[in-house]
Amino acid sequence: MSKRLIVNPAWCKGCGICAEFCPKKVLMIVKEKVTVANPDDCIKCGMCEMRCPDYAIYLEEAHDEE
Amino acid sequence: MASELITKYMREEHLPHIWCPGCGHGILMRDVAQAIKNLGIDQEKVCLVSGIGCASRAAGYMDFQTMHTTHGRAIAFATGVKMARPDLEVIVIAGDGDVAAIGGNHLIHAARRNIGITVIVFNNDIYGMTGGQYSPTTPTGEFGTTAPYGNIDRPFDIAVLAAAAGASYVAKGTAYHAPQTIKLIENGIKHKGFSLIDCAGICATYYGRKNKKGSAVDMMKFQRDNTITVEQAKTLPREQREGKFILGKLVENDFPEFSDEYQRIIDSLKEKKQ
Repeated sequence: MSKRLIVNPAWCKGCGICAEFCPKKVLMIVKEKVTVANPDDCIKCGMCEMRCPDYAIYLEEAHDEE
Repeated sequence: MASELITKYMREEHLPHIWCPGCGHGILMRDVAQAIKNLGIDQEKVCLVSGIGCASRAAGYMDFQTMHTTHGRAIAFATGVKMARPDLEVIVIAGDGDVAAIGGNHLIHAARRNIGITVIVFNNDIYGMTGGQYSPTTPTGEFGTTAPYGNIDRPFDIAVLAAAAGASYVAKGTAYHAPQTIKLIENGIKHKGFSLIDCAGICATYYGRKNKKGSAVDMMKFQRDNTITVEQAKTLPREQREGKFILGKLVENDFPEFSDEYQRIIDSLKEKKQ
């Protein structure tokens, strides 16, 4: 099953840990919030989710979408 | 809006938490939730106990049976819970000040008794909540609001202290090494006797600022670049071990567990009576 990256800006405190340790440099901090800048490069490794102190970014199983 | 893990194991209405941007406690609290999920333990059978301090707020955020108790006394309360309900998985989350200063005596005696609780230390080397006072784990020479000219105390190594006091499972994790730390917490919870996992946290707001360690990202990089395994630590000369974070299991053995021994006495007296 494929996964997709979800961001919850309301919980993001802009610490930058996810962006710094993303192995593919998919994420950027813009105006103190995380942004998925290069979604096509994402390998869905989940390291951002694992290290986000605020649970503001995570992978979710992509359910069938039309 | 949160992941399945967070929705299931945290009280979403209390999130986002009040910890600072980049606080290692958020990462470590997620590690605890992930470890419990991986073990497949019934949520209702987990009792999470905490004391006072930044780390101790975890008992408010996590959705288990929880007790937010008094400063340093989480292990004492947890001991009571375990003796009354040995079937529960009793977990203590404590900061370095809470567990090694105010609650230092409870820590060493719970370890000596080998009572079957798991203590997870969110160790950021400082008292964050009260404004950056040096704690029992602040390294010598480092700064805190109460050590403006540098700390002259020598720090405790909480893991080594617990092991020396008789804890039967002791490990060290870090905020940066989340996958490994989750596994160490899992093994600590599975372990029958007293377990302690000493997790190096990140406090950029007080510890980082007072000691010019940079941002939370800089402190995470420092953890990444200065961590050695328990096995490496055994072979490296002392000067190369100085200032390194250690990752892995230090101790594991099968000393008799306290609530089991207590039950054995009850059973033997019952037998005599018959």
